[in-house]
Amino acid sequence: MQRNVYVYIFIMFAVTYLIRVLPLTLIRRPIRSRFLRSFLFYVPYVTLAVMTFPDILYATNSVWSGLLALIAGVALAFSGQSLLTVAVLSCAVVFVSELFL
Amino acid sequence: MNQDDRSWFLRGMRDGMPIALGYLAVAFTLGIAARNSGLTAFQATLASLLNNASAGEYAGFTVIREQLSYVEMAVMIFITNMRYLLMSCALSQKLASSVSMPERLLVGFGVTDEIFGVSVAVPGYLNPRYSYGLMAVAIPGWALGTCLGVVMGNVLPASVVSALSVGLYGMFIAVIVPPARKNRVLAGLIVISMAASLLFAKVPPMSGLSTGMRVIILTVVLSAAAAILFPVKEEDDAA
Repeated sequence: MQRNVYVYIFIMFAVTYLIRVLPLTLIRRPIRSRFLRSFLFYVPYVTLAVMTFPDILYATNSVWSGLLALIAGVALAFSGQSLLTVAVLSCAVVFVSELFL
Repeated sequence: MNQDDRSWFLRGMRDGMPIALGYLAVAFTLGIAARNSGLTAFQATLASLLNNASAGEYAGFTVIREQLSYVEMAVMIFITNMRYLLMSCALSQKLASSVSMPERLLVGFGVTDEIFGVSVAVPGYLNPRYSYGLMAVAIPGWALGTCLGVVMGNVLPASVVSALSVGLYGMFIAVIVPPARKNRVLAGLIVISMAASLLFAKVPPMSGLSTGMRVIILTVVLSAAAAILFPVKEEDDAA
């Protein structure tokens, strides 16, 4: 049986949206538990770190340009550069380094 | 819209620019995947407008290509996007209890890795206008990139696609590194997270896990461990 692409797309949307919106609408007051507060404080850092590494190494044409972008990004962010600067210069590092790799 | 709301919206649009640029590049490659799965430009763009999820959409397009059942689609999307559940829980603590239901429904629509990452970095409570500003530039960038990917395929030189694809990671780094400079626990946690992530990506049987599952498992385990070992003081997490 040929299934309908629009039904597939609707299911994708419905499941994704429910996942995103339920906690925001159901949790309407500050969480008191110190453990849960601490847990949620740490969540974004672990999530973003895990998503960045090692995936950044495989996003580019060469592992080395990805590694250079990681090092440059950390150094720039450490020195207090803005989001845009870090993102754009990381891209520039990849572009330039791949001219030589 | 009062003065404060307006400035938050504009600030959101400004911070959304790098997200939109990164999305354009990533969505371009997603568009190519959509075309390979047999979707038209309209269908792929619609999916991107409604979903705003890279790994989730990629998984969804695979399901469409394989013509799996609707139930399998729902399960697949739930697993690849489950991390948004954690992010949304974290974000709920950034919204004042006065924020209305319609506003929460709108903010929820924009919970992506990047928009979330930037939103939690705002000091104090999050003004929903800031999220709207981010969404106003980022979501069209994502949809447009997907559309271009389907239509133009491989027109952009590979070197440009390669360079653009680290933009999103650059942003993640810019979100997590500055707070870690002042907080040793965070710095250590980030290093451990990356090391564990490498281990999970490379060593069987963990390397058999999808990226989405790897993110969920490590987030839950490492955040819980950090919360037990280093519970935050009240003033820390109010920020």
